[in-house]
Amino acid sequence: MLNFLAKLFRQETLDIILPATWQTLYMVLVATPITIFFGLLFGISLYITDKNGLYPIPIFNKTFGAVINAVLALPSMIVIILALPISKFIVGVSYGPKACIIALTIVCTPIFSRLVESSILEVSKGKIEAAKSMGASTCDIIFKVMLPEALPTLIRNFIVLTITLISITAIAGTFGAGGLGEVAVRFGYHRFKIDILLVAVLVLLVLVESLQFLGDRLSKRILKKRHLI
Amino acid sequence: MAVPFIEIKNVFKIFTSHKQEFEVLKGINLDIEKGDIFGIVGFSGAGKSTLIRCINGLETISSGSIRVGKYQINKLAKKDVNIYRQKIGMVFQHFNLFDSRTVYGNVSFPLEIATKKKEEIHNRVLKILDLVGIVNKKDFYPGQLSGGQKQRVGIARALANHPSILLSDEATSALDPVTSMSVLDLLKDINKKLGLTIILITHSLDVVKYTCKNMAVLENGIIAEKGSVKKIFENPQSTTAKVFIKHNAHLSNPYLSGEEVC
Repeated sequence: MLNFLAKLFRQETLDIILPATWQTLYMVLVATPITIFFGLLFGISLYITDKNGLYPIPIFNKTFGAVINAVLALPSMIVIILALPISKFIVGVSYGPKACIIALTIVCTPIFSRLVESSILEVSKGKIEAAKSMGASTCDIIFKVMLPEALPTLIRNFIVLTITLISITAIAGTFGAGGLGEVAVRFGYHRFKIDILLVAVLVLLVLVESLQFLGDRLSKRILKKRHLI
Repeated sequence: MAVPFIEIKNVFKIFTSHKQEFEVLKGINLDIEKGDIFGIVGFSGAGKSTLIRCINGLETISSGSIRVGKYQINKLAKKDVNIYRQKIGMVFQHFNLFDSRTVYGNVSFPLEIATKKKEEIHNRVLKILDLVGIVNKKDFYPGQLSGGQKQRVGIARALANHPSILLSDEATSALDPVTSMSVLDLLKDINKKLGLTIILITHSLDVVKYTCKNMAVLENGIIAEKGSVKKIFENPQSTTAKVFIKHNAHLSNPYLSGEEVC
């Protein structure tokens, strides 16, 4: 077993895997905060502009919802292809990790927006009504009631988002984004180097599992603190 | 005659759902004096909750007028609505406490949104928690409290910003009889100590009998009867009141009275 592992993780493999891992982490670390920002913004907008929401603008809500659904409905590979010209416009190149970050953000923001929306939908109407009855402004309700109340669910959804981002970097890898996905495709698929493919997959697995573990821990800790579990 | 503190005149509320119109309130007229504990009773669906929500503007009325003190509710500008609501406390059947905040945090919430100073908030919260008798629980989360304690926090939160009215939406309906009684005692106590006007909606006549001075009976969106609690209990006129009072007196279990049950 040890022998097998030593063979698997030999120096040449690590020389390929380590920079790729760093690239993946770089893309995910930069894309995550951007996606979280826009996802929260869009998710909250969707929630409050609903016709029964805190600030109803039904026309905006319907149109915006339709746009988000449209991006969601497209396969992520297609969205990446469509996003490449936008990347070129924003960062000047249409390949490499930087371009990929833009594409990743465009693919993942609609997903996260819907996750945010459903997280805050779980906050009971009664709590929102209580805040309203005390004369809280929409802003107070969002930042002092909705988001703190939804926090444990939001954290779980942050993790879902980050894991989705990791898996989409792998798809983006096929478009020259670099990262573990590209390594897996280039070496594993095109050159039949199964050992490199295996290591790339292992690293991805470790990343995803540890993220999930951390997220679960954090979310449970908050629920415990609030004595909800 | 003096001008009443709360004046509800010919209020209609129509809900539209799937292009169908539902008349929930059909011309409500009600005067409530300052310092009263006013009970509104009725069966489920009679419009009690809608009426109480019209008073603090959580529902907008379709026609008529509501005046509370100097505020004409149906003519309030949008920016004034929140300022007005900060002066009306409301307690709920299911408490609606914020699970993300401690008891202290829940009670300080209405003061925070009214942008009070930190020190003022601190003093006020402790004072109010002391008044409702849960100052020792200030660092607990709602998840650690019993139903009665939660409702005390709910009442403390409603009282925090010196309201002139307390609206109670079935505040004791989710509590056991003993706890319910202690919460009602608290409301009576607050009414006496602070001179606060309390409007209490309930489907329990016991609650009204125990707590209120005056009452109104709501029946399918109209006021079937109103007056002092004493008068209505002694001589009920409306069907709802009659049914309520009759049920109250004659609710008996055949197993206890020794009748044959087959």
